[in-house]
Amino acid sequence: MTSVATPDRATLVELYRRATLIKQNDERFRSVIKAGKIVAPYYSPRGQEIIPAAVSVNLTNDDYICTIYRGVHDMIAKGVPLKELWAEIAGKVTGTCKGKGGPMHITHPKTGVMVTTGVVGSSMPIANGLALAAQIRGEKRVAVAYFGDGASNIGAFHEALNMASVWKLPVVFVCQNNGYGEHTKYEYATSAAKISDRASGYSMPGVTVDGNDPLAMYAAAKEAVDRARAGGGPTLIEAKTFRFFGHVLGDADGYMEKGEKDAAMARDPVVRFRKLLIEQGHADEQTLAALEAGIEKEIDAAVDFALASASPTLDELSIDVFAETVA
Amino acid sequence: MNAATKPQMMNTIQAVNRALDEAMAADPNVILLGEDIADKQEGGVVGVTKGLSTKYGEKRVRTTPIAEQAIIGAAIGAAIVGMRPVAEIMLMNFTTVAMDMIVNHAAKLRFMSGGQTHVPLTIRTMTGAGFGTGGQHADYLEAWFAHTAGIKVVAPSSPADAYGLMLSCIFDDDPCLFIENMPTYWNPGPAPTPGVRIPLGKANILRQGSDVTVVSYSREMSDCVAVAERLGKEGINVELVDLRTIVPLDMQTILTSAAKTRRVVIVHEAVKSFGVGAEIAARINEELFGHLKAPVGRIGARSCPVPFAKPLEMAFMPGQMEIETAIRATLK
Repeated sequence: MTSVATPDRATLVELYRRATLIKQNDERFRSVIKAGKIVAPYYSPRGQEIIPAAVSVNLTNDDYICTIYRGVHDMIAKGVPLKELWAEIAGKVTGTCKGKGGPMHITHPKTGVMVTTGVVGSSMPIANGLALAAQIRGEKRVAVAYFGDGASNIGAFHEALNMASVWKLPVVFVCQNNGYGEHTKYEYATSAAKISDRASGYSMPGVTVDGNDPLAMYAAAKEAVDRARAGGGPTLIEAKTFRFFGHVLGDADGYMEKGEKDAAMARDPVVRFRKLLIEQGHADEQTLAALEAGIEKEIDAAVDFALASASPTLDELSIDVFAETVA
Repeated sequence: MNAATKPQMMNTIQAVNRALDEAMAADPNVILLGEDIADKQEGGVVGVTKGLSTKYGEKRVRTTPIAEQAIIGAAIGAAIVGMRPVAEIMLMNFTTVAMDMIVNHAAKLRFMSGGQTHVPLTIRTMTGAGFGTGGQHADYLEAWFAHTAGIKVVAPSSPADAYGLMLSCIFDDDPCLFIENMPTYWNPGPAPTPGVRIPLGKANILRQGSDVTVVSYSREMSDCVAVAERLGKEGINVELVDLRTIVPLDMQTILTSAAKTRRVVIVHEAVKSFGVGAEIAARINEELFGHLKAPVGRIGARSCPVPFAKPLEMAFMPGQMEIETAIRATLK
């Protein structure tokens, strides 16, 4: 039995900071979009905060992630600056992608956010390529592919896991299993009892973990990242979680079982984590309150920046199609 | 002719191999991915990559699983962090398996990222009717890719052009789809000048003429040359425009020629309906309506899957007779 890694106090607080950064940004995204100040499709990650927070504290800016259109938490956890993130979601020229990608295509190479795809399953084959480049160049970088339980049923998942295993690529596949692919419950669409069972078909380690448990999630992520970095090849992590606000903002949740959502919200992972930090003496109320107030201020500034920024000019239609400007 | 003046000859397999070899020697970021491409698997199904894994190692010349999404996905990921992958999709019909990666990702990441990332990826693929490979191994699908903003489409008509255009594709900073015609792989042509790249987006006037302009690319070009030579003996002077690249499309060269001859025929092996010829004809119409002496002629394959039986396959593909008839029709 291998020893399970436990984070030190500073890492635990940092993990909490990232989780609460996601939570508070999400709360503001929903309120600003509902108020009509920003018009954008929005996929709330509320309830899934712990997963990318725990993965990201094991990564550096040199490590890569590929995520998906409902992955704003993955980007925030990896460190995309809030002003550029908000401006991109608002479609402004000051956004990460000059307003040309939008919320489903946030890219920020400086923090390793290399691709955000709007297509279910497509984060995995590209993450392989990021890992392949690192492997060929002899770099110690790791690539993480985030995706949902629904994506484990698409062909790209199987092609990518097979190739990653054959080539022992430094990649970590993080499946955020929130129980639903769009509106369809896991059991209706997925033949495997556990997503992690699929790893054995590709001769790679697979683990199912409570994605809402920061300690368990940290340990699983650390083991997988360390393995990849050391040349030990890929890992499939299935992180069990639940999304609080359906697939897309405005989702009526009509497909959910009664009480399912309320029960999950009553066990809010960020609130539970906060309680744990205080109870176990890792942080006091005052410290966490100050951290949260600081994040609120940072979000205020990001929202103001996004709303005050200009839209891209129309010449952008012929820029970035190719290296050369097109007619 | 003595040995000293006889031009060195080379086929397209050798020409592409030489371009890949030189690119790999020049830049460690150039890597090759594809099914069967390493020497253990005989250097590709027709041997285009022969010798390269032995020379550069299997780290850089990787035989992949038969998994086109994974191949192109891996190439995209490597490309956005600065490598210059050349990914082989064995046959053009197999690009269908990787269309999400090619169309939604390779072609669009530069734009969607606001220019923060780009995809210097070359996709090599072979195709072409005439070998009895039937409906799923021989289609020309260039119009699909030309219809997607963000990917260049390259279709050489000779070994020398294949060499020069391949080098340009590899060192271009955007994704390029490079179409190789399978049935003419072994046809020799004059060897290219070493190290000389042929620019993308610049058509080649293969033959000067004053009576009618024929625009083509890839394998059909050789049929156009044969017809033009024949008609030249009758005093019909055909100007031949070899597009070399479909995207970027060199409309300036086409329009200059069309304005001169006032008659145009466009020829391709892809099916005629909704094809590249339709786009070029429309653009000529937009610029030269009223100036032309005849409607723009279009030659392409019949709108049916590539058939197997030899008489059907031959009738499916446009041939010299149809090209000649179309040219004569513009002269009536």
